[in-house]
Amino acid sequence: MTDSRTHPESSILLMDAAALGRALRRIAHEVIERNPELRQVVLAGIPSRGNEIARRIAGIISGIEKIDLPLGVIDVAMHRDDVGRRAELPVVQPSSLPLPLEDRTVIIVDDVLFTGRTVRAALDAITSFGRPAKIQLAVLIDRGHRELPIRADYVGKNVPTAPDERVRLRLGEAEEGVWLVRQS
Amino acid sequence: MTTRWNRKDLLGLRELSAGEINLVLETADAFKQVGTREIKKVPALRGKTLVNFFVEPSTRTRTSFELAALRLSADIINISAEASSLTKGETLKDTARNLEALHADILVIRHSSAGAPQFLAERVSSSVINAGDGAHEHPTQGLLDVYTIRERRGRIEGLNVAIVGDILFSRVARSNIFALTKLGARVTLVGPSTLVPREFEKFGVTVSHDLESVLPQADVVNLLRIQHERQRNEYFPGLGEYIRLFGLTRERAKLLKPDCLIMHPGPINRGVEIDSELADGAQSVILDQVTNGLAVRMAVLYLCGGIAA
Repeated sequence: MTDSRTHPESSILLMDAAALGRALRRIAHEVIERNPELRQVVLAGIPSRGNEIARRIAGIISGIEKIDLPLGVIDVAMHRDDVGRRAELPVVQPSSLPLPLEDRTVIIVDDVLFTGRTVRAALDAITSFGRPAKIQLAVLIDRGHRELPIRADYVGKNVPTAPDERVRLRLGEAEEGVWLVRQS
Repeated sequence: MTTRWNRKDLLGLRELSAGEINLVLETADAFKQVGTREIKKVPALRGKTLVNFFVEPSTRTRTSFELAALRLSADIINISAEASSLTKGETLKDTARNLEALHADILVIRHSSAGAPQFLAERVSSSVINAGDGAHEHPTQGLLDVYTIRERRGRIEGLNVAIVGDILFSRVARSNIFALTKLGARVTLVGPSTLVPREFEKFGVTVSHDLESVLPQADVVNLLRIQHERQRNEYFPGLGEYIRLFGLTRERAKLLKPDCLIMHPGPINRGVEIDSELADGAQSVILDQVTNGLAVRMAVLYLCGGIAA
């Protein structure tokens, strides 16, 4: 999801800042609804955007329920199944999850759900910390093209895409939003 | 973290940039965390084969590499000098080619000759990791030492680091000098003039033959092992005299700042380089070095072994 200034490209706005905020608020409400034992929930972001999304959802939940959910970080780089196949080695970062995980519900939070391989790696990473009661998945964008039997429990927006298109997400910048980028 | 890793081999720290060293340290942070999990194993190098080729005996470095490889899910074979055909007259190159024919992806080598890892790296397509070659370099030891200092002090830049002992024949000293100076530490080498010649000043370090004048400013004291087993008599003053002049005794340790770190690459000769109580004391980070060695070696194996072949 890098800027490519050398190739001409066209982009379509999928969500502006207001729509993004509404989607996150809806996800927050759904998390509260589906988890009666909200205090057992951990929001675990996949770096780097998943962390920011998890932080925002936690902020909204805190505003509604006055409960501060613990945040975690799941680094998936060392759990990927394609080391040596990619031109560039993924940068690894320390993971952190509140322990023990037993009896907790871990919600994996990521920006875009695509092939499902990142989520598979995240599931692997989480189970190496222990055995949570439940694992759920929250994503801002589901763009389809799954290569594994994985689905999200909370989705900000479903976006039909072509495999060669990219989803660009801007968070924490002047102009926030989600765009579909097409190389032309 | 903008530096990228594109080396298949780790032969020494002299050729690394400060950015590359920092990348290894940051990667090691991530792998250190793995050691605290219930399942201390990640699939990062699953399907890769690592050969531990130790022509010179070593238990701790070999074990550390072995455990690092296991925690990354690599398959591992240990070959020692006695078991290899080197004793039957096979050349190093032929041994290496045979290892490669077995499809070893990573070759970790310890050798008594400086340059042996480089010789292999130029001839095989496997990743070659130097686990100590003669008096040349021991890069993973240098990395774990700076990692330990950074972990305890939060930085390397501006710290006064004293390295004490047999510098002339020490690959540990050389790797430490390169890493520390690149990261901005002030390094002072201390020992008898026969073992710490002035030529080392060309590496941008200070040379001293007076331990007591160096200790009060030091933020870190790294005591190298006196290798009596391979000590050449003409260089070495004798054990008693060494302890009297350069041993870190309890009396001398009073000169240290209270937060000065005491390091030793091991194995320790208690009562020679360091007083036994000090080695176990609050300032000692000797066991942290061992723990961190595992994380640093996981990082090195991941970086060198993980790049597309």
